[in-house]
Amino acid sequence: MTVKEDKLTALAVENMPDENGFFGEYGGRFIPPALESIMEEIEQAYLEIRKDPAFIEELAVLNKHFTGRPSPVYHCKALSEAIGGGQIYLKREDLNHTGAHKINHCLGEALLAKRLGKKKIIAETGAGQHGVALATAAALVGLECDIYMGEVDIAKEYPNVVRMQILGAKVVPVGHGLKTLKEAVDAAFEAYLADPVTQLYAIGSVVGPHPFPMMVRDFQSIIGREAREQIQEMTGKLPDNLVACVGGGSNAIGLFSAFLQDEDVNIYGVEPSGSSLNYGEHAATLSLGTPGLIHGFKSYVLQDDEGNPAPVNTIASGLDYPGVGPQHSYLKDVERVNYEVINNDEAIDAFFRLSREEGIIPAIESSHAVAYAMKLAATLDRDQTILINLSGRGDKDIDFVVENYGKKYGIE
Amino acid sequence: MNRINQLFENKKNNILTVYFTAGFPELNDTLTILKSAEEAGADIVEIGMPFSDPLADGPTIQASGDKALENGMSIAKLFEQLKDMRKEISIPVLLMGYLNPVHRYGWDKFLQQCEYCGIDGLILPDLPIEEYKSDFKDKFEKIGLSNVFLITPQTPNERIRMIDELSTGFIYMVSSASTTGAKSGITEEQEAYFNRIAQMELKSPVQIGFGISDRGSFNRACEFADGAIIGSAFIKAIQKSGSIDVNVKNFISSIK
Ligand SMILES: Cc1ncc(COP(=O)(O)O)c(C=O)c1O
Repeated sequence: MTVKEDKLTALAVENMPDENGFFGEYGGRFIPPALESIMEEIEQAYLEIRKDPAFIEELAVLNKHFTGRPSPVYHCKALSEAIGGGQIYLKREDLNHTGAHKINHCLGEALLAKRLGKKKIIAETGAGQHGVALATAAALVGLECDIYMGEVDIAKEYPNVVRMQILGAKVVPVGHGLKTLKEAVDAAFEAYLADPVTQLYAIGSVVGPHPFPMMVRDFQSIIGREAREQIQEMTGKLPDNLVACVGGGSNAIGLFSAFLQDEDVNIYGVEPSGSSLNYGEHAATLSLGTPGLIHGFKSYVLQDDEGNPAPVNTIASGLDYPGVGPQHSYLKDVERVNYEVINNDEAIDAFFRLSREEGIIPAIESSHAVAYAMKLAATLDRDQTILINLSGRGDKDIDFVVENYGKKYGIE
Repeated sequence: MNRINQLFENKKNNILTVYFTAGFPELNDTLTILKSAEEAGADIVEIGMPFSDPLADGPTIQASGDKALENGMSIAKLFEQLKDMRKEISIPVLLMGYLNPVHRYGWDKFLQQCEYCGIDGLILPDLPIEEYKSDFKDKFEKIGLSNVFLITPQTPNERIRMIDELSTGFIYMVSSASTTGAKSGITEEQEAYFNRIAQMELKSPVQIGFGISDRGSFNRACEFADGAIIGSAFIKAIQKSGSIDVNVKNFISSIK
């Protein structure tokens, strides 16, 4: 094998992470001992069920008949035409039941919890999409559900709070620190430590201690597997470029995982540069962070000089996190994925542009990917393609967007 | 022999360890509390290095950590405060904290400072045993620093045996699978767990922590182990109004 082939093989999904949960030097399990044996239990159970034909079948049926998979791939002809460069395609995760990609791993996590005999499933949520998806999955399989959410996000994403409550979940407000996603993760961990036996923590992205980054990635990798076939059917070739937004990184790795060994496919992960790239005003973890530990795993982290996670800020609640999935840290270091940034104003612009050119209102998180893809398209020839993971729909964001940006876009 | 071993050599039971957060209630209270605790008869002191996301700590300790960070506490400040500690303090002193701030400060510098200040041990709840063995054990042992491991009701027996082998100070027995924070009383379930550990006849001394808050729970815990650790209740006591020295002494004499 040549060095290059070796390098590409190392990227294959089945070769990552190693048995201790490391992607290169990132990932692992850095947690208080009270959680250690529980993580081992989850890992063992997951390694068993992922090979179990009954589990695979049950999840496949739910993916098809409950979520509505496969989600389509859509060619944005009008938008591509207007830009006058590369052809933009969307993987329509916004069309999934509950409106985002999060349902892909929530169904898996809920089935796992049921299998382990847990009574309750708990999690953090930022934009409320993971919370809604988990509350949905809990209702479906018959589990109690507590969702921890920062008070700032509760105010901003209120429609999702009500949805979770209608679904029978309890929304627990988190009032410390910046009252956003990181604090919600702290609170969920704390609740988990208080009772790791009857509850399962169903983390909302490819973050946290091993096996979460692996497990959530595996459940999300259906996005890439479907898209790889769909785009080839439509265009007769692999996509030239992939673009996805990166908060914790679950939707991004879900798409990327099917293409990591295709070296001709350029891959872009898009982080939020918020209102500026100054300390505390963005959440561009891979672009500006340094390796460290957060929430039990090693990865790039935005941190202060004393090693505390830095304050973060972006209009996309689902991207507002000072850490990032460990596999992304690895993919950055080996230069397989390019991590770029998009700021608040560019994301909002893309939000309206996609809504008005194509009739699709994207989530603010996904709007970051759309914004970067629009920039990229302008530099490409017309026969080149960009496949965006449109991770969610923007229904949850409309009040916030209209209140803060409506005027600029002609809404009084 | 380091101070921890000496202590357990000379005193076989009712060892009282108090925990408090550095830089709390006020930035420069650290040394005052340490001195008062020794004078009042605490056997061991654990000083918490504040961190914004302490996964193993309950609300009282978290709040003290947040306040300490707000006060400007940092690892560098702490070593500055402790640099002449050994002129006045003779009981064992341990530092407790999380890995990331130590990584950020730099391990070599951190260990040098521990040695210089006369720190006897470290408690790092998120340091995996495997990592300790491969990267830290030799360095710690070279400067006589004990690493204290935590065990919980869920820790399997083989792991406890491994921890016992690796321990050079004492083992920290977490009384329930929970975060810190004075939950009162000892349940039957906990008792069964304490007995199970006692029957293992470990070579290392064992201290019970998490949920010990007053004389009753302290004495009860000491029936099952060499001693007990009081954190949240001690922190609540020192943040009362009035002189810190008096608060510390009143609290400790209420236990002993
Ligand atoms: C629509 C949408 N996209 C993306 C994200 C970010 O998460 P991740 O980076 O794990 O895909 C969220 C999180 O809430 C979301 O709701």
